[in-house]
Amino acid sequence: MTGAQILFECLEREGVQIMFGYPGGAVLPIFDKLYDSKIRFILTRHEQAAAHAADGYARATGKVGVCIATSGPGATNLTTGIANAYMDSIPMVAITGQVKTFLIGNDAFQEADITGVTRSISKHNYLVKDVKTLALTIREAFHIASTGRPGPVLIDIPVDVQQAECDFLWPEEVSMRGYKPTYFGHPGQIKKAAKLISGSKKPILFIGGGVITSQAHQEIKGLAEALQVPVVMTMMGLGGFPGTHELSLGMVGMHGTAYANHGIMESDLIIAVGVRFDDRVTGRVSAFAPCARIIHIDIDPTSIAKNVKADVPIVGDAKNILGQLLEEIKKKPDTQKWLEQIHEWKARHPLRYQHHDNKIKPQFVIEQIYEATKGEAIIVTEVGQNQMWSCQWYKYDKPRTFISSGGLGTMGFGFPAAMGVKLGCPERTVFDIAGDGSIQMNIQELMTVVCNKIPVKVAILNNGYLGMVRQWQELFYKKRYSQTKLCNPDFVRVAEAYGAVGIRVEKTEEVRPAIEKALKIDNAVFLDFLVEEEENVYPMVPAGEAINRMIGGMA
Amino acid sequence: MKHIISVLVENKFGVLARIAGLFSARGYNISSLAVSETQDDALSCMTIVVEAEDEKILEQIKKQLNRLVDVLTVTDFTKKEHIERELILAKVSCPAKNKTKLESILDKFQAKMIQHKGGIAAIEFVGQQQEIKQLLHELEQFGIRELVRTGRIAIAS
Repeated sequence: MTGAQILFECLEREGVQIMFGYPGGAVLPIFDKLYDSKIRFILTRHEQAAAHAADGYARATGKVGVCIATSGPGATNLTTGIANAYMDSIPMVAITGQVKTFLIGNDAFQEADITGVTRSISKHNYLVKDVKTLALTIREAFHIASTGRPGPVLIDIPVDVQQAECDFLWPEEVSMRGYKPTYFGHPGQIKKAAKLISGSKKPILFIGGGVITSQAHQEIKGLAEALQVPVVMTMMGLGGFPGTHELSLGMVGMHGTAYANHGIMESDLIIAVGVRFDDRVTGRVSAFAPCARIIHIDIDPTSIAKNVKADVPIVGDAKNILGQLLEEIKKKPDTQKWLEQIHEWKARHPLRYQHHDNKIKPQFVIEQIYEATKGEAIIVTEVGQNQMWSCQWYKYDKPRTFISSGGLGTMGFGFPAAMGVKLGCPERTVFDIAGDGSIQMNIQELMTVVCNKIPVKVAILNNGYLGMVRQWQELFYKKRYSQTKLCNPDFVRVAEAYGAVGIRVEKTEEVRPAIEKALKIDNAVFLDFLVEEEENVYPMVPAGEAINRMIGGMA
Repeated sequence: MKHIISVLVENKFGVLARIAGLFSARGYNISSLAVSETQDDALSCMTIVVEAEDEKILEQIKKQLNRLVDVLTVTDFTKKEHIERELILAKVSCPAKNKTKLESILDKFQAKMIQHKGGIAAIEFVGQQQEIKQLLHELEQFGIRELVRTGRIAIAS
């Protein structure tokens, strides 16, 4: 078999059903074999979109997302998508073509040292110099991408390796002596954690993306209900615990709910699961949860004690550990008073916004999408205000229903990611909640969704600004709106030019009917909501402040 | 504080770049680095000496080293009993009249003169940091023309 044939043989054996990408000179042998492959291929209009689509597919399905691009510019265009998947621990395999092995390092046409470029933004990467190692490399790449703390793995394959022939040998087992993730928690540590929980008066569960990755949502629910412990979520953790549950306090951090932030700050025990104490969550670290002991469960030891010291670190898979932990807890803590306090905060500081009859409020649009989809859509977001409002005003009851660029904060992620989500979950309604800035960062994918009949719905919260940056300029830079006022195209006509449907919504009373109409259309739809221009996301914790020092948060 | 970190890795291309990258990304300068194959030629041992500006950050770097797929073990010898040595090669000015004096100094340290030509002596010495420092101090009077050091290597005792 040739290297290109081996690649497809391996991809099919790994269960790959769909790939996203773009052809080019250094991947011609691969695309020639693709012609005969059973794998569905989605031709995007930009390599970055291919990486985001593979990422979205992986987030929605839990499977490894696969993208492919040619050498040089094709490969460098993937990098934002790779970095994005890396920051959010998303399983992805990125395949790139490379110039012929004897030309590497010669500044050949369309050459880039992509393994060098992606070294610090991928979980691992490979340059395949010998076709005999290709099958094992692909096997290892899928194994590394999908196990432990998942992440993107890049395989760089020179053209001559794609063309070279060798016997195909499928390695049944993968064993790497330097790569052995820990799955089971240390029993001694679990005992210590159980003891701390039993003795606590104000415990709080603090969950993140790791809960979704390890499919530990049932265990979280079990633990929260059995012990009557309230739950706060990071953005990546939304859906890890039902947002409509009475023990849910919603999102914590910079734009978290006031009651989630107060809950964390006043707690005496934080049970942190699959979180990395990101600065958007902790605010000023020295002021973070001053009275709390911390149990930190994570599969990646580098996440523990990185930002916040843990009293009881437990390395392993959240699902396994939570199961063991619940069995180990002999005495339940008495949390009744604590829950009363939390209910009081909830009643006193609800999320709110000023409704206006004549101006469309962005929060109102999201509430209406929530109602119209009965909370059952998969929501994908761009980055900025649209993202934060989507965290606040849609309630996520199930894992993998909120898809957003967390760690990297990549504008332009949402629309291509939504394509991947829809292809992974064709039965589900998929809404990309976008801003007028972000949507223009990958708007060319309108052609991909139309061509491939991927009926995603895009709600553009069009305020004519780069809203989040404008908000910071308003609050911290004396309203000097430097380069944040946007000139925009007519989004309705743009959508129509590509063969999608565009609907402009200018009045509050048109919001709901427009959403209902979009849901009935079996095509991609751009809903252009002309919303209040200078609406801010509140509550907000200014950068470097303690998270209970919220502005506009009724703190 | 200086740390001696020994990293056992797969003997493959690109591994050194990954490891160096974890230090350079934080603006950490590696003081010395010695890399070579071990008794198993599929494995290399890297001995890295680094000045830790912040112990917490170094802890994080060590964890991240461990996380690399090609890394098998990471040992920080700083607080462990260990044997360490460094090899130096030095060239000093040494006209014939000074040769005896130089030789007596070298004898004291059990250092070797491995070449003497054109008034220049090439010296080889293996020792610990303190000994190397003392030897270099004594050699200064001759005028050190060139100095090359391998960087420290260490093994648990």
